[in-house]
This record gives sequence, structure tokens and C-alpha cells, in this order.
Amino acid sequence: MATIEVDGRRYAVDGQDNLLQACLTLGLDLPYFCWHPALGSVGACRQCAVKQYRDAEDTQGTLVMACMTPAADGTRLSLEDDEARAFRAGVIEWLMVHHPHDCPVCAEGGHCHLQDMTVMTGHHRRRYRFRKRTHRNQYLGPFIAHEMNRCITCYRCVRFYRDYAGGTDLGAFGAGDNVYFGRHREGVLESAFAGNLTEVCPTGVFTDRTHAERYTRKWDLQFAPGICHQCAVGCNTSPGERHGEIRRIENRYHGEVNRFFLCDRGRFGYDYVNRADRPRRPEWRGESAEPLVLDVDAALDRGAEALRRARRVIGIGSPRASLEGNHQLCDLVGEANFSTGIAAREQDCLARMRRLNRDAGLPTPTLRDVESHDAVLVLGEDLIASAARLGLAVRQAVLGRRAALAAARDIPAWNAEAVMTLAQDARHPLFIAYPTATGLDDIAEQCLHLAPEDIARLGFAVAHAIDPAAPAVDGLDARTRAQAERIAAALLAARRPLVIGGGSLESPALVEAAGNVARALATRERRGGLTLVRREANGTGVELLGGRPLEWALDVLDEGAADAVVVLENDLYQRLPRERVDRALAAARTVIVLDHQRTPTWERAHLGLPAASFAEGDGTLVSLEGRAQRFYAVFEPRYHRPETRIHPGWRWLLALGASLERRAVPEVALDAVTRDCARRHPALAGIVEVVPGAEARVDGLKLARQPHRYSGRTALRADLDVSEPRPPQDPDTPFTFSMEGYAGHERPRREVPFAWAPGWNSPQAWNKFTDEVGGHLRGGDPGVRLLAPAADVGDHVDAIPPPFTPCADEWRLVVLPRLFGGEETSSRSAPIQARAAPATLRLAAEDARRLDAEEGDRLRVETARACVALPLHVDATLPRGLVAIPAGVAAALASGERAWLTAAPEAGEASP
Amino acid sequence: MWTSLIPATWSQLRTLGMVFRHAFRRRETVNYPDEAVYLPPRFRGRIVLTRDPDGEERCVACNLCAVACPVDCIALEKGEAEDGRWYPSSFRINFSRCIYCGLCEEACPTSAIQLTPDFEMSEYRRQDLVYEKEDLLIDGPGKDHDYHFYKVAGLAIAGKDKGEARDEKPPRDVRTLLP
Repeated sequence: MATIEVDGRRYAVDGQDNLLQACLTLGLDLPYFCWHPALGSVGACRQCAVKQYRDAEDTQGTLVMACMTPAADGTRLSLEDDEARAFRAGVIEWLMVHHPHDCPVCAEGGHCHLQDMTVMTGHHRRRYRFRKRTHRNQYLGPFIAHEMNRCITCYRCVRFYRDYAGGTDLGAFGAGDNVYFGRHREGVLESAFAGNLTEVCPTGVFTDRTHAERYTRKWDLQFAPGICHQCAVGCNTSPGERHGEIRRIENRYHGEVNRFFLCDRGRFGYDYVNRADRPRRPEWRGESAEPLVLDVDAALDRGAEALRRARRVIGIGSPRASLEGNHQLCDLVGEANFSTGIAAREQDCLARMRRLNRDAGLPTPTLRDVESHDAVLVLGEDLIASAARLGLAVRQAVLGRRAALAAARDIPAWNAEAVMTLAQDARHPLFIAYPTATGLDDIAEQCLHLAPEDIARLGFAVAHAIDPAAPAVDGLDARTRAQAERIAAALLAARRPLVIGGGSLESPALVEAAGNVARALATRERRGGLTLVRREANGTGVELLGGRPLEWALDVLDEGAADAVVVLENDLYQRLPRERVDRALAAARTVIVLDHQRTPTWERAHLGLPAASFAEGDGTLVSLEGRAQRFYAVFEPRYHRPETRIHPGWRWLLALGASLERRAVPEVALDAVTRDCARRHPALAGIVEVVPGAEARVDGLKLARQPHRYSGRTALRADLDVSEPRPPQDPDTPFTFSMEGYAGHERPRREVPFAWAPGWNSPQAWNKFTDEVGGHLRGGDPGVRLLAPAADVGDHVDAIPPPFTPCADEWRLVVLPRLFGGEETSSRSAPIQARAAPATLRLAAEDARRLDAEEGDRLRVETARACVALPLHVDATLPRGLVAIPAGVAAALASGERAWLTAAPEAGEASP
Repeated sequence: MWTSLIPATWSQLRTLGMVFRHAFRRRETVNYPDEAVYLPPRFRGRIVLTRDPDGEERCVACNLCAVACPVDCIALEKGEAEDGRWYPSSFRINFSRCIYCGLCEEACPTSAIQLTPDFEMSEYRRQDLVYEKEDLLIDGPGKDHDYHFYKVAGLAIAGKDKGEARDEKPPRDVRTLLP
């Protein structure tokens, strides 16, 4: 702690901070551009100048840059000093010299940091009468629009893109007026985190292209606190809606999870909720092929009637549906008839991961905590593809060596350039074992490209090397043994080692190998962490809720032991081979499907009930770190489209249950369902504490979803009816579908739909909501952690698989997760489809030679269950004997299967 | 009592006289609609969307009119034309809510939205007071004859490349080392 004096008033601040951080933490408004809480200071923009005084006698003072001056004890400074004010006004005037006359046609306008800072310094009239420099723009892909004229050369973009996120294809070019931020030539930005440029850039150089076509100003969007549904990390998002469509997703600050950044799948993968072909009304498919559109009561009656006739009803839940929906389905069909909707192999991995979270002896770190580990072992995960935001956190952990070195030399961690210059390439050790190259290879100390079995064996060997009590691996070759010992030594030398495993390769042995390493570390020192990657948004939660695997459900239907099935937000064709699902659904007399997408499963439903997506419904998800978090409906779909009958899955199921018993549909609020779910499933008992509850108020006010300057209230739907209806009511949450309610920053609260504070319209306004800049939300970070390690460490697992040996004429299939196109719902979004690389089949060079195939040749990969033809990509890193295909190509192809390869006929001459 | 009665009576009579004298004054009431009403040029009546001197739509869908509107009766959506211009793909004013304050016109950075001296908008049905873009857009520049936003703005559109707006230098060649 240090005491500083600002304009005659004394404040206690953190002495490790710089003056800018200290002032912003105190809530003082000091303009800045190049500094960013996550990127540190470089002192480039000269905007945060303040007057510093030597002592009480010093009346002259000197101008210093607040971001480059430590908040040392006894510092005296003035923000209000005339000279400092004039200097800051001068700086912004220079920055604005070349700024184009663009604000009305700029997609940053209204949430622009440059606008905010210009207003803050009082600059309002252009005095420069000479000509402005201009630049040509580049095409940067389907996500990011580029308008280089607006640049104020703060260098934040390249500092984020290159230094923080490890991208290589965005750079600063030229000098003076030539300075240009872009790629060396036009093309798609390669980084998985490019979308953050739209928030990192203080002005409109990089803007959200997916939002451009239906652009809406920030003040006109209706927001709700969202949880990203596109992977299991559980990033907090701020989806914005206008005219009944999600228009944009912005980062929502969470002090322990995503903090300032999201991955591009989460940010740009929302378009599936806007699809025109979404089911919006219940559909009945009886005898006629054309579905009959029903109203709610008729649909419930028909559904209840069909279920009443059934002998036994099977419920198939979903890892992409909320806990409440799954619980309500389990309640409707009974626990004995409930399936999680997850394929057996995946569920096996999930169950093992849950056990390990309990008894492996190491806690699961939060994403922020991941960054403070100093040695990382990744077994069988390409984090950038399977849990991208976690990969970004691991990158920070590895680069954390910089801060450690700087601390030893007394260089403050915020002094970004000095820290980087000092550390050069010094990094904490990162070891990655994966069949092929991963997104973190560039910072890894060692990348081992191995088959899944060999990765597991390596993991078991590492565990044995750390703790001799762990089972030894038989027949380990000398090279692998040496590698394992090297990894073990690095993990043991670390203060806090982190082990990352997961189910991406669907190998239980791999999960157990990660568990053994964790147990070995736990017995040796009990520090460090274990992170296990799950695939889908609520995989962790549904596994905690419990249920049989999907195969069981299909078998029961197939055998005729049940004749009706209710499927909740799950496309079964994404999980198991088509024939098998077809057979089971054909055997069922009644198929009821609840979904928000028109999936192949929906098309097979006798009764389809339109469920709410994350945009229209509320619910609870459990992320991979075991954090249960609530997401809130962004808008009420009937307000703009009165004909829609979309309801959250849990409400449909509740109503269906009531209709089944010929009761009136009860008025049940979401909180009651959440409480019920927690009571029935002890593992989920904590979820009742997730939310403030629908009754929560701030100063007697509900919380507003809309900014206070939300425009067009009396004209938005005036084409439907000039008399405005009452705004939709929301009995389930403390939020209103209106601008009426609390939206400020002064009262601490956990659930913040959008960040706004007087004078701060840009995402930088989050600094007003945190206890210190880059800290935690003042009202506490949202969510409750459900998985805690038990006190005693479990026994080592000794089911060590035999090594992988390539066969002469057959291959082992591995399905590799991919960020764009590898996830069910986001790959229904147009921007993700545009960004996804074409699917290829990967083979080792030697294997390709043996098949006499060349890059680009179409090959057919055939397993016992399915076959698919893809163009060949010769992968120099892939081990021999493996054939890799990306996720999302064919559900029937599962990792670990035997596969045969043949040349496929060219696409043009394809058979039937 | 008598002393106050006399001035009071006089006041009454004087008032009656003044009112009576008005019978011989020029009439303020006009025989509307047979007679046209004089409206000063700055009268704030029916709102229109104007075009720039080249005949293109002036509105760039920046939404400032909507946010300035105190009764929130303006709603519009942004579209982007082939040539790169922003334009409102829909523009709606609910005149049954409009108070003709003119704040939208003041907020407009492109002189697109203007209030005209016309108040003859009465309808029998309130719903008919909802004006869509085709009801609002006129074929002229309105009161501002010269302003042409895209000639000033830095955004490149078809027919006006980078560096061709007012006070702009030609685009930089990033690859040159010359200053």
C-alpha cells in the first residue's frame, strides 16, 4: 500500500501500480489510449499526462505520463493542473488532426474510446486547416472490418495481437504518417482472438464485420448477461439485441474467467439464433408430410395425448441445454428413463474427469489462476481448437516468466516494453503432446506428436517419474522415457505446475494419464492445478446431473422397450451414425423434439416444440472449471414477432408434464425450477447460490436490460400497432425488458448486462465496475464453483494402454476438434461457415506416399460404421498410421476407430 | 364602500368596451382550409428526409436523430449500399408521438432530417400517423442546398476514393521510405 496525494486529497493505493492504474481504480477520470489493463504501459500516446510535484514546497511541478510513473508512497500529483489539462487537450488535438469526418458512418460511434476521451479533454473544434493523411484499407476476413484512416497509432492492436495473443500476421508498418496497422497483404486474420481487436482498438479501425450489415449503436441494443454456449470454458458475454435479432456479442468482464477477451467462435458464432429457418411455432407431423403448425395449447394437448398412450417414455437430454431444461426432462420421464444425450465414449470421459476433479488432489484453477502457473503439461488437447480462451490463458502462464524475471530486477510488471526487452524469449516450460501441430506450439518448450495411446503412455510415464508409487509403463522406449523424465523434472522444479487433459480425443486412457500426473504431483507437493477440457457448454453440468448414455436410449427404443421419446435441444445425428438414430426414431411411436434449430432430428419429430436459445431463455450452465453460471434471456421474441411461440425448454417440459396429468399449467418461476434441480441432485446443490434471485433489487429498482438512451421505443413496432403494448414482463429474473431500472456502476452488482458509466461508453467502462482495474467485479464475480477436490488423493490408475503400432493397410482414426466449424450450433452461423477452413483429411507424408496420393487428392476414409471422402492434406507432424479428420464433418466417425483409405472418385463424377 | 364601487364599475364598463372594440379589428382567425395559413420559414412541422445536391439520400443511418428524440418516436435500421454508402434500410417516425421539437434536425450531422412548415397531417386513424421511409423521403435538398456529407467524410464510396474527400491527401504508400 502507498499513499498518494491527488489534487490535495490523500488516497491509499497499491504501490505496485502506476499512477494511471491508481487514478482509475480510485474512480478518477484520466484520459488514456495506449495503456490497457491486460497489456500494460508503453507511454506511446502521451495522453495521460499529469503534474507531479517533488514535495509540498514544489509549486512548479513537472509533467509526467501517469502510465509510466510508479504510484510510489508520497507521490503528489495533480490532474486538474492547468498545464496538465492544456497538455492533454493538445495531445488529443494532434491525434485528431488526421481523424476522418466519419463518426456518423463509423461502427464504433457511440461506444468509441476516442470519442469519450475527446469529450473528456474538451476538444471540440478542429483548428488544423491542412490536408489529412489517408490510407487504403485491407480485407481482413469475415470477422473484422478495417478502416485505417481512423487510426491514432496507439499500437494497442499489435501489442494485443502479437505480444498477448501470439498472432504473427498483423503488424505495424512504416514510420511517421506512414504508420500502418494491417497484414503484409490482404487476407483473413489468422488468430483465433482477432475479434478482440474490435474492443482493444480505442477507435474504429477494427470493427465487427458480422455486425456491419445490421449495425446498431450500442445505446440501441438490449443486453443481458450471457454465458457463451460455444464451448465449455464458460466465458461471460454481453449479447446485444435489436428488432428481435442478436446483433453483436461483446465481452462481459468476469474477474476470474474471461476477463477482457473472448475467442472468435464465441464472439462471432451467434448467428444461428437469427436464422430464418428457425422453428418459431410448434409443428405436428402426423400422417401428412407437410407439418401442421399449432398453437401452444393444441401442441401440448397433442403431445400429452401421445405420451399418455405410450408405454414408456425415454427422455434424451443435452449438454448444450441448461441444467433446468435437463432437470425438467428428467423429472418428466423419471430418472430411470433419462439419458444425458451424450455418446457413451464421451460420457465415460466426462465421468472420469469429474472423478479426477474430486480425487486427483489438485484443484481446477480458474482461467485467471491458470495464468499464474509456471509449468504446463498439455496431454492430448489442442487448446486453441477445443477451449480457445483457456489456450490464451495458458499462453499468459507461459509468458509469465517475463513478469517473474522483471520482478527480480525490480521492474514493475506494467512496464510492458521493458519487461519484454528484459525477458526476450524466456518462457515458462510448456509441454504439449498431441497427434499434430497445435495453436500453442510456438511457445512450447517441446511438442510431441504422438498417437493418443502414446500420449497416454507418456502421461503415465511422467506420473511414474514424478512419483515412483505411480504405475510404471512397460516396454517404454528410451526416448520416451527421457522425454517423460525431462517433463517430470520441469513440473517438479516449478512452483505451481499445471496439468491439462481432456476428452477431445475421446480417450479414457488419456484422461486417466492426466489424472495420474496430477495425483503424482499432489502426493509430492500438493500445489498446482489440473484442468480437464470438456467439449460442450454444459457437458460438465449434465454429467453431474447424471443419466445414461445416448446409446442406451437408442437401444431401448430399438428393442421396443419404450415407444416414445422426448429429445431436448439435441441433434442426435451429430453424435451417432445416421442409421442407428434413424432406426431408433423409426421404432418410436412418438418423437417429441424441443430445439431452437431445425436439425435433422427436428425433421424426424412428430411434435416439434420451439425452444429458446441462449438469446430468449434463461438457465444455468456448468463450465469446465465446475463454475455454475446463469445466463439471462436477452429479449422476448413475441415483442417483435407476435406470432412466435418460443419458450425455454424447461417451461415447455413443465407444461407438458402438467398437460400429461390434465392439470392447468402452473405458474412456476425459473428460480423454483433451479431450487428443485439443486434439491434433487446433491452434486448441483450449489446452483441455488448462483443468482441474486428474481426478487433482487437495487434501490428498489429492477435491473435494466436497455441503456438509458435506448431509442425508438414508440416507433420500433409501430408498424404492427401504433398503440405500444406493455413491455414484456420478466418474472424469472431481476431484469426488465426496458430501460427502466438500475443500469449504473455505483452500486456493486454481479450481473451486469452492459458496461456504461457517465463519460465512458466504450468497453473501457468496465474499469468502473471492478474493485481495481483488471481486478474483480465489485459485486463479486458471477457463478459458483461446484467441483472441489477432496482432502485425500485417490489411487493411481494402472490401465496403461499398449503402444500404438501402425498397420500396413489400415489406419487409426483421430477426430480433431476445430475452432471454426467443429461445434454444432456455431457452425450453423454464416460468418463461422465463411471463416472455417475446408475440411481435409490428414495423413503423415510417408503414409501418403504409400497410398500414392498427393496433397489435394480426394481420399475415402471408411470405418465399420461410415465413410466419407475428403481432400488430402499431407501433415508433416502427424505420426504414421493415423488418419486425422476435423470434427463436425461426419458424426459417425469417432476417434480410435480403425479406418481404411481408398482413392475416391473426383467430386464431379461422384456416384449417387 | 361607495368609494370602491365607482372604480369597479368603471373597470367593468371599460372591459366591456374593449371587448366590443375588437369586433372592428382585423380578424386573426383564418377561414382554414379555404384560406391558406401563413407559416414562418422556421415553423417546425412535418419531418422529411432530404437528398443531397446529387440526388442521393442524405441519411446515413447514424441514429443520432433517434437518440436525440425525447419521445423516442424515430426508429431506423442501417443498411449498406453496393457503393459503400450507409443508408437507412427502414426509417419510421410515429407522428402520433412526435412533439415537433426539432431536436432530430439539430442532431443530424448530414442535414438529412428536416422539419418543414407543414402541419396538415391529420388522420382519422392513429395508425395512419406512422410514416415509413417512402412517406418521409423527398426529392430535394430541403433548406440546406449545398451540404454533401460524403464529400467531407473519410469513408470511401464508389465514385469517391480514399484521399478524394475535402482536405485529404492521396493515400499513403506504406512501402515507401520517403517522408
